[in-house]
Amino acid sequence: MIDARDVHKRFGSLEVLKGVSLTMAKGEVLAIIGPSGSGKSTFLRCLNHLETINSGCIDIEGETLVSTVSNGICHYAPDADLRRICGKMGMVFQHFNLFPHLTVLQNIIEAPMTVKGLRREDILPRAEALLRKVGLLDKRDSYPARLSGGQKQRVAIARALAMEPDIMLFDEPTSALDPELTGEVLRAMRELAEEHMTMLVVTHEMAFAREVASRVVFMDGGEILEARPAKDLFASPEHPRTRAFLENML
Amino acid sequence: MNYVLDIMGPLLEGTGVTVQVFLITLVISVPFGLCLALLRISRFKVLSGLVNGYIWLMRGTPLMLQMLFIYFALPFVPVIGIRLPDFPAAIVAFVLNYAAYFAEIFRAGIQSIDRGQYEGARVLGMSYTQTMRRIVLPQVVKRILPPMSNETITLVKDTSLIYVLAMNDLLRAARGIVQRDFTTTPFVVAAAFYLLMTLVLTLGFQHLEKKYAVYDE
Ligand SMILES: Nc1ncnc2c1ncn2[C@@H]1O[C@H](COP(=O)(O)OP(=O)(O)O)[C@@H](O)[C@H]1O
Ligand SMILES: [Mg+2]
Repeated sequence: MIDARDVHKRFGSLEVLKGVSLTMAKGEVLAIIGPSGSGKSTFLRCLNHLETINSGCIDIEGETLVSTVSNGICHYAPDADLRRICGKMGMVFQHFNLFPHLTVLQNIIEAPMTVKGLRREDILPRAEALLRKVGLLDKRDSYPARLSGGQKQRVAIARALAMEPDIMLFDEPTSALDPELTGEVLRAMRELAEEHMTMLVVTHEMAFAREVASRVVFMDGGEILEARPAKDLFASPEHPRTRAFLENML
Repeated sequence: MNYVLDIMGPLLEGTGVTVQVFLITLVISVPFGLCLALLRISRFKVLSGLVNGYIWLMRGTPLMLQMLFIYFALPFVPVIGIRLPDFPAAIVAFVLNYAAYFAEIFRAGIQSIDRGQYEGARVLGMSYTQTMRRIVLPQVVKRILPPMSNETITLVKDTSLIYVLAMNDLLRAARGIVQRDFTTTPFVVAAAFYLLMTLVLTLGFQHLEKKYAVYDE
């Protein structure tokens, strides 16, 4: 599904990703954990081209998003292909990024209508089904400002799903929420995982990572230090920095 | 009272000229200003720089000077030299000038929209144009209503500058009667007309602000 090899990313002179490689199979749920500033968000953003990488290769579902040849110059796919490839991935942000001028329902049907050219009546049943799924059908005509953080994030998840992605990227979806609101968002994500959505989740929710993720990736200092089945990594972290990080989290 | 009715004819004619200059300027300079703003924030450095210089020129010199230049000096400029009648000359000057002010309002409005809005649209597959049209600009409208209201009200009053091209706008018509009849009543009536026009605008903008108040940010 996702095949990233030796991805390097610099912001000016700061090397944020120092050769990150990761492969992910269909239906897998991967959690990325690690201290803040370790490059987790940047890596996620490189996968769907919100950031451009400096070198490395990224394939999505067997199609090349970006590749680097021996002379070190990296080539992105042509624009039309880029949009199609990135369109296979949905993304949920820490700060929701809902459109404040649109109602909940409008937030969800906007992209299917403008991007896919669907008619309103064609996308409406799906939009309503998604809202029912995240438990917010009664909020369909509310504006985002009227929702709690947990509700906003559930709308954001529904909005991403409305584009029927094959892969969902989550960048700390519960970090901006009050503790009592994280549960409802994690529940929606857990249901998604049970439906075998391929998910890559940057999170500080260790319980979620342990129970839902098939593998857990520990990142630190722009590198992946270990990537192992969740229960193994939590039970016996191999790398001293993983151990130190996990001890700190508990 | 009879006197007021007597002078109503020329004053209404003047108001007609004023309203025409106002409406034509507004209808052209708003979209023109939006284009300038989009060029100004585009990644084409040369275009952005040119627009920046243009805005500086238009905001940095008096509108009256610009109008005089277009009417009197433009015919003698080599290559583009063109002689415009008074009304088109006034419109061109007003449009060029007001588009610069509107461009700055639009630019500030567009740049006040959070990056997250662009990213949210981008990960849903929306193109830059779609993002601008469907996500960014609708939100910009809400934010720029107060400065736009200010600027359009200023435009109503600025139209009185066209007297320098000897055009009979509301104020010049009033002044003509004042000088003829040795009474200041026409000024009072003209003031009432200006107030009425700005009242309509004020109410219009208040209505828009209410309409956009359905959502908070
Ligand atoms: N747009 C940017 N410009 C410059 N530096 C950035 C930018 N985005 C992230 N960084 C830096 O890259 C490093 C990794 O950031 P990030 O990927 O957000 O880490 P994490 O998500 O693991 O907390 C940090 O040092 C951060 O300051
Ligand atoms: Mg982050």
